[in-house]
Amino acid sequence: MSTRIFGSGIKRREDPRLITGEARYTDDIKLQGALHMAVVRSPYAHARIVSIDSSAAAGLPGVRAIFTGSDIDLAGLPTAWLIPDSDLKTPEHPALASDVVRYVGDGVAIVLADSRYQAQDAADAVMVDYEELPVVVDPHEAAQAGAPQLHADVEGNIAFRWVMGDREAADAVFAAADVVVSERILQQRLLPTAMEPRAASAQYNAATGELTLWCTSQNPHIHRFIVSAVTGLPENKVRVIAPEVGGGFGSKIPCYPDEALVSWAAMKLGVPIRWAETRSENYLTTIHGRDHVQFVDMAASNDGKILGVRATVYAGMGAYLSTAAPGIPTILHGLLYVGPYTIDNVFCESIGVMTNATPTDAYRGAGRPEATFLLERMMDKVAGALDMDPVALRRQNLIPPFADGYEVATTLIYDSGDYEAAFDKALAMAGYDDFRAQQAQALQEGRYLGIGVTAYTEMCGLGPSQVAGAVGFQGGLWESATVRVTPTGKVQALIGASPHGQGSETTLAQIISSELGFPVDDIEVIHGDTTETPMGWGTYGSRTTPVTGAALAQASRKLKEKARVLAAHLMEANPDDIEYADGSFSVKGSPDQAQSIQDVTLMAHLAWNMPEGMDPGFEESQFYDPPNFVYPFGTHIAIVEVDPVTGSIDLQRYIAVDDCGPQINPEIVAGQIHGGVVQGVAQALCEGVIYDDNGQLLTGTMLDYCMPKADMFPNFELGETVTPSPHHPVGVKGVGETGTIASTPTVYNAVLDALSPLGVAQIDMPLTAAKVWQAIQNANGGN
Amino acid sequence: MWPQQFDYQRADSVESALAAIGDNGKFIAGGHSLLPAMKLRLSTPDQLVDISRIDALRGITNGNGNLSIGGAATHAEIAASAAVGAACPALAQACGMVGDQAVRNFGTLGGNIAHADPASDPPTALVACGATIHIQGVDGSRSVSAQDFFVDLFETDLQDGELITSISLPDCSDCQCAYVKLPHPASRYAIVGVAVCLKMDGDTCAQADVAVGGATVKAVKCAGAAAALVGSSLDDAALSAAAAALSDDIGDWLTGDVAYPEAYRSAMAGVFLKRAISAASG
Repeated sequence: MSTRIFGSGIKRREDPRLITGEARYTDDIKLQGALHMAVVRSPYAHARIVSIDSSAAAGLPGVRAIFTGSDIDLAGLPTAWLIPDSDLKTPEHPALASDVVRYVGDGVAIVLADSRYQAQDAADAVMVDYEELPVVVDPHEAAQAGAPQLHADVEGNIAFRWVMGDREAADAVFAAADVVVSERILQQRLLPTAMEPRAASAQYNAATGELTLWCTSQNPHIHRFIVSAVTGLPENKVRVIAPEVGGGFGSKIPCYPDEALVSWAAMKLGVPIRWAETRSENYLTTIHGRDHVQFVDMAASNDGKILGVRATVYAGMGAYLSTAAPGIPTILHGLLYVGPYTIDNVFCESIGVMTNATPTDAYRGAGRPEATFLLERMMDKVAGALDMDPVALRRQNLIPPFADGYEVATTLIYDSGDYEAAFDKALAMAGYDDFRAQQAQALQEGRYLGIGVTAYTEMCGLGPSQVAGAVGFQGGLWESATVRVTPTGKVQALIGASPHGQGSETTLAQIISSELGFPVDDIEVIHGDTTETPMGWGTYGSRTTPVTGAALAQASRKLKEKARVLAAHLMEANPDDIEYADGSFSVKGSPDQAQSIQDVTLMAHLAWNMPEGMDPGFEESQFYDPPNFVYPFGTHIAIVEVDPVTGSIDLQRYIAVDDCGPQINPEIVAGQIHGGVVQGVAQALCEGVIYDDNGQLLTGTMLDYCMPKADMFPNFELGETVTPSPHHPVGVKGVGETGTIASTPTVYNAVLDALSPLGVAQIDMPLTAAKVWQAIQNANGGN
Repeated sequence: MWPQQFDYQRADSVESALAAIGDNGKFIAGGHSLLPAMKLRLSTPDQLVDISRIDALRGITNGNGNLSIGGAATHAEIAASAAVGAACPALAQACGMVGDQAVRNFGTLGGNIAHADPASDPPTALVACGATIHIQGVDGSRSVSAQDFFVDLFETDLQDGELITSISLPDCSDCQCAYVKLPHPASRYAIVGVAVCLKMDGDTCAQADVAVGGATVKAVKCAGAAAALVGSSLDDAALSAAAAALSDDIGDWLTGDVAYPEAYRSAMAGVFLKRAISAASG
């Protein structure tokens, strides 16, 4: 493998078009004669629809059609992660509500008009008479007897009850343990807030029966699958195109009502239909993340051995079960309860609860941040209970280094890890021991410094399809790719995954270049169109580099082998005597005689002189189903100072040591970590959805919902260790979510460490100045 | 995010703007308060009259101990103005904290105070520094003190069809004044903002003016806090007394929300009073 391009921090080739505004997003695609769709949305969180009067709206200028739920003959939107053994209920999710609305933003009618303005005027003029029903938004409250009920077929609002581990065995360990610490942890709701809101446009050709849907999708092949099922069109008559997609963070995995509605309206009216949500709609109707109320216990012995973790999780599902929702607080959560530690007893009961709120689904990290947070929070609490240094406690419980498989109590088999190496490196970068002295000195001066240290590992590169099937995921998790080389030696790599900001066009080209010897600038990565690209399950779960990257590496290796045999034939040499270096094939002992990869490519296309049995052309495809997940790991450390007078928090240092195996492009890895850390820190410090008791979203705009800002952050101090995945063709692990997984508990624990001299032991996230101040007042009576 | 239909015209004089405004029109200068409200359809004017290019509404002058700022002067112009910086640094500081640079380049002081967002920064500085708002209508012009101009939440003394032509302030070059705030982490509007304007006689505070915004439904002049400062050497005891008096001053006007409740804002008003005095004295 060439070392020059693999591991090189070349600039992202995506960036010029993104920075200069030349990128074409869904809403940039103008369709001749298109009508604009506006959705009439419920202003109530729970209400019965008494009547809908659209007569006045229908007479407004430019209005072409108005449809309500009873007009629409679409199948309900499916839930596609049917977790087994959990008594799962999947309530009907119609594209438009026709009898009951269940959250603010639930669609009740659509207006099609000549312009977006006219569509909105008419949407405002549709008169809907509602009869309000009682509302519940907190998942723990919604699971209690007597709570308002959302769906007749979901008794007690409990959509599923998933259990991992043996409750009695866990209880026995806890009963016998020297120390048990407990905490109620709130994983608040978050708004994914991709830069580009969702959009969808559809065009139907009645003569051919073909529907084309342009939409903001992380997984156009899954969208095709679902749109086919919902509309009844055969899959081969549905083309889904995800043009430039401006971020997703999980929120563009699901198939939403809006995508089904534009498709239906395009078929019904025979003209193209466009729709793009506003940011306000985005906050109301695009999935939210997290929303757990967790009751967590951790058991330990007096000498600091962690004996067990036990949690009951009430996971808010919102009003309907979104596409992948049931899998997030279960499979992607409970299975992570061991983390990087030797914990032998784990138990999780995760209860999926319907609430009068926006549906939740995967949001960057998806279940794993919620697991890592509870582990790391409880580690600090155990350290406090035992009066141990939290670093010493963690070190004592770290899993020892392993290079090829380590089975943990949750049944996962971690691929490789050297946790203590990353731990030591981060502690050295932070100067941990010196910091403790500085902290003590600062306290003498009335200053409150704190440090948080998180060791983590996580499961990504989703994943083996057999496992997907076993855990109820209604799809495979392999990827496929085609490496197609033109006669002049230019490469088109067609992939089924659908990157949307990760820099994969650059990273994947670097893999191909390093395998095959074509210059990286001669390689183009093509994605996002179900007709142009081979099947794939999409970009999420830090899987595109591990899974698609492996498919591309293997397809490239097939081509390289073909090239070697053809080169030998052309040079009249034995294939075993062919040497390869930097895109050139030569005969051992005769370095003057050489064929470049471009020469060989041309000859393969011309096919004038092929070896016996070799087909012409220079193109290979590869399906890749990973044999295991990949498990990146690392240690993050934060240092904060809290102003006890105002409760304001100053994040002074942030150190992240991550191990994602060999780094293909260190700049892109750093970018992923920066972005992930920012999102995770924002959960700790400022982001959080607030609903009032009526289910109204109080954080419906960025005036109230706190997106992180650059001036909240110091320069990040990044380090890495390199532990290859043993099962991956180039050894890489995913790095798209590690930042959000590790950073939230790191900063939270740092703040609570700073506040410990004041007697503050717990604050619900986000740690706003007002909450910190109030906690200080409560702890010391304001003195 | 899709406003209702409206007409737009640009006026070239105050008189033509006043003549054009009609029954359901709105003046627009920078538009940074009005347009978001229109996009949310909270404001639905049938026409906008653009006053941003009227020369008479632009400019900043200082003469005869009186600083005059055109109603359509931008926050950026005011923040960068040497005249404002010398005569009333608190106002320059407040205008420099509005939104971000792009907002300050477009947003105007007249538009800001006409909107009267309780969490905006300039009103607090104007009330503390004794500003006068000059208003013109079709029937003539009038002037009102900043303290009286701000009536309640998003409510001012400005009547339909009237235009803010300028804002004047006494030259306070011999004062020490400052504006400080605790910004909301999302919007950067003030959770609490405090402006002080002090005249010192040696080490003794001879005159004090204090105003609070953000924590209150409007910019509130705080006579009790000011009285606690006058005659003191701004020692710790006086500062604590002033902070205590401040909570009485703002008590009737206090506001809060789920994220930043009244109790927190009230306590922070006292904290930021001390910080404002420290900034003014520093």
